[in-house]
Amino acid sequence: MSTTLARRLRALLPAIALALLLGAIFWLQPRAMSYFGLNLLLNLSIPIVFATLSQMLVLTIGDLDLGIGGFVSFVACVAVTLLADSPAFGVLVLAGAVLAYALVGALVQLRRLPAIVVTLGMSFVWFGLAVIVLPSPGGTTPAWLQAALRLKTPLVPLPIVVAAAVAAVAWFLMMRTSFGAVLRGAGGNPVAVARAGWSLLTIRATLYALAGCMGVLSGLTLAGLSTSADANIALRYTLLSIAGAILGGSEFTGGRVSPVGAVLGALVMTLAASFLAFLRLNPDWQIGVQGAILILILALRAGLGRLERA
Amino acid sequence: MRVLLGAAFAVLAGAGLARAEVASGDTSGKRIALSNNFAGNSWRQSMLKSWEETASKAVKAGIVAEAPSFTTAENQATEQAAQIQNMILEGFDAIVVDAASPTALNGTIKEACDAGVVVVSFDGIVTEPCAWRIVIDFAGMGEAQVDYLAKRLPDGGKLLEIRGLAGVSVDDEIHKGIVEGVEKHEGFEIAGSVHGDWTQTVAQREVAGLLPTLPKIDAVVTQGGDGYGAAQAFKAAGRDMPLIIMGNRSDELAWWKAQRDQNGYETMSLSIAPAAAQVGFWTAQQILAGSDVPKDLLLPTLVVEQADLDKWIARTPEGGVTNATYTQEWTAEMIDAVKNGKPVPATPSE
Repeated sequence: MSTTLARRLRALLPAIALALLLGAIFWLQPRAMSYFGLNLLLNLSIPIVFATLSQMLVLTIGDLDLGIGGFVSFVACVAVTLLADSPAFGVLVLAGAVLAYALVGALVQLRRLPAIVVTLGMSFVWFGLAVIVLPSPGGTTPAWLQAALRLKTPLVPLPIVVAAAVAAVAWFLMMRTSFGAVLRGAGGNPVAVARAGWSLLTIRATLYALAGCMGVLSGLTLAGLSTSADANIALRYTLLSIAGAILGGSEFTGGRVSPVGAVLGALVMTLAASFLAFLRLNPDWQIGVQGAILILILALRAGLGRLERA
Repeated sequence: MRVLLGAAFAVLAGAGLARAEVASGDTSGKRIALSNNFAGNSWRQSMLKSWEETASKAVKAGIVAEAPSFTTAENQATEQAAQIQNMILEGFDAIVVDAASPTALNGTIKEACDAGVVVVSFDGIVTEPCAWRIVIDFAGMGEAQVDYLAKRLPDGGKLLEIRGLAGVSVDDEIHKGIVEGVEKHEGFEIAGSVHGDWTQTVAQREVAGLLPTLPKIDAVVTQGGDGYGAAQAFKAAGRDMPLIIMGNRSDELAWWKAQRDQNGYETMSLSIAPAAAQVGFWTAQQILAGSDVPKDLLLPTLVVEQADLDKWIARTPEGGVTNATYTQEWTAEMIDAVKNGKPVPATPSE
């Protein structure tokens, strides 16, 4: 009985954290409690949601992607240059980038390399490519992309609609299809999955390709919001995405992921910064407190995890 | 009615004295916020202190209701965008921005403008047309260094260029100015270049690493915060001390003074006064007070010449940057000068 309760609590933890944060923000800043306010508060979370899902896909198989921040920056730089000037070529480059992600996954599998090192190396590659595509800050996001992110959806602001839709799709794909079960299984027990006749190479490459797709969506939405880009624009997404995914219930060891939790985790990471800003906390302390919030939630989760096993 | 007429007359009389008009609309209920992306060097620290000084005085005098400053923990455009969105939510009337990126904040700045917030950018300016820009002539700052060197070294010479933080627009601008200056004056050549990140220790390490590969260097062009480190690297390597352009940091000026007293060392020093934040504050206040302000304003650099070295050292806090105080009147004069296409007033030395 207490095991199921603990399991349920653990799954609900990101949602509870989000509700608490939102409540605190509404209390501090009632203006945020409106269509306009929620939109302002959350619109920068859209690219973070995609980046976090990308990270979660890589975490599924027990890897860690340290290159996602550089990758998202690169995509944003492509979006404001190539995609704006010659759309066909831009799409081709982005497709190539996704393919590169799949190849990185294949490389990690074939040579049994530590993913953390390969992706760290790739982060410099992406940063370098971003600087080549866009040497100095600037560029213009294509009008259709800007318009897409300015969309005023009825009743509920766009960021919430996007977060809900993305969470639903990712949840269905990862948790409700046999395809998703195999992907997760490859992280949880790779030997068993391989014995059952699945190619771990294909699985890892697929997961990385999916992660690449999410990275592309993150870069495109970020470019749509900021209307232009620079090569440094998303470097902090690496840490944010890891924190968001782990906060949302994924495990570093692989196999255990939660798409809905990852989306909620991304929202919590976005809101935590706003909450501290509304508190008028000295910025020197902010990053420390942000870390403390994270540790607190993870400690709670670890405690619940112990109960679960008990 | 009579009061109104009187006020109008007073304004006219003021204009008649050829003094700049300070817009006198009531801003006592207005709130102005400073959005800053980085506080990790002496310039930014002085800048925040300058803002604090002016803001607290203005609040005490009832000119504005509140003028807090906010700094992001990491120097990232996405984080600053979120910070500015929070400021819009908090209902600030004006936001003064030192931006992490000239372009990556544009979406957010547009949202602020649409919400009726006055946005003034300085130092790190933004390109969004709805915002005001206090433009610093960084390219001119680079070019002025080579112009000075051309006077000192008529036959030209080999230069070592110390650049700033890679990928930041300010670094790019100053570099462009230096390249332009080198092309303009015959005989000059950039023999080597390192990124000193506007930090003495980094500059020292980078210069020390490059020095063994370099021929005799005649002069070092810099971006500020790197001249003292360069001098240390030259000294440690036992090389002849070149002419190093300084950047108004207290350690740089102190080193220059010691060298001058010892062997008559001559150079010049230039940078932007951190009190640029005060110009940002007063510009925002003037816009809120109803003044018609052009979108692109200009800020002069603060140049320290050999003759005034001692005077400026007195105005340079230990560990800080040579600073000035920009007042409401100075800002109004500058706005007036830009409006009428006249040269902007010099940095006040009092």
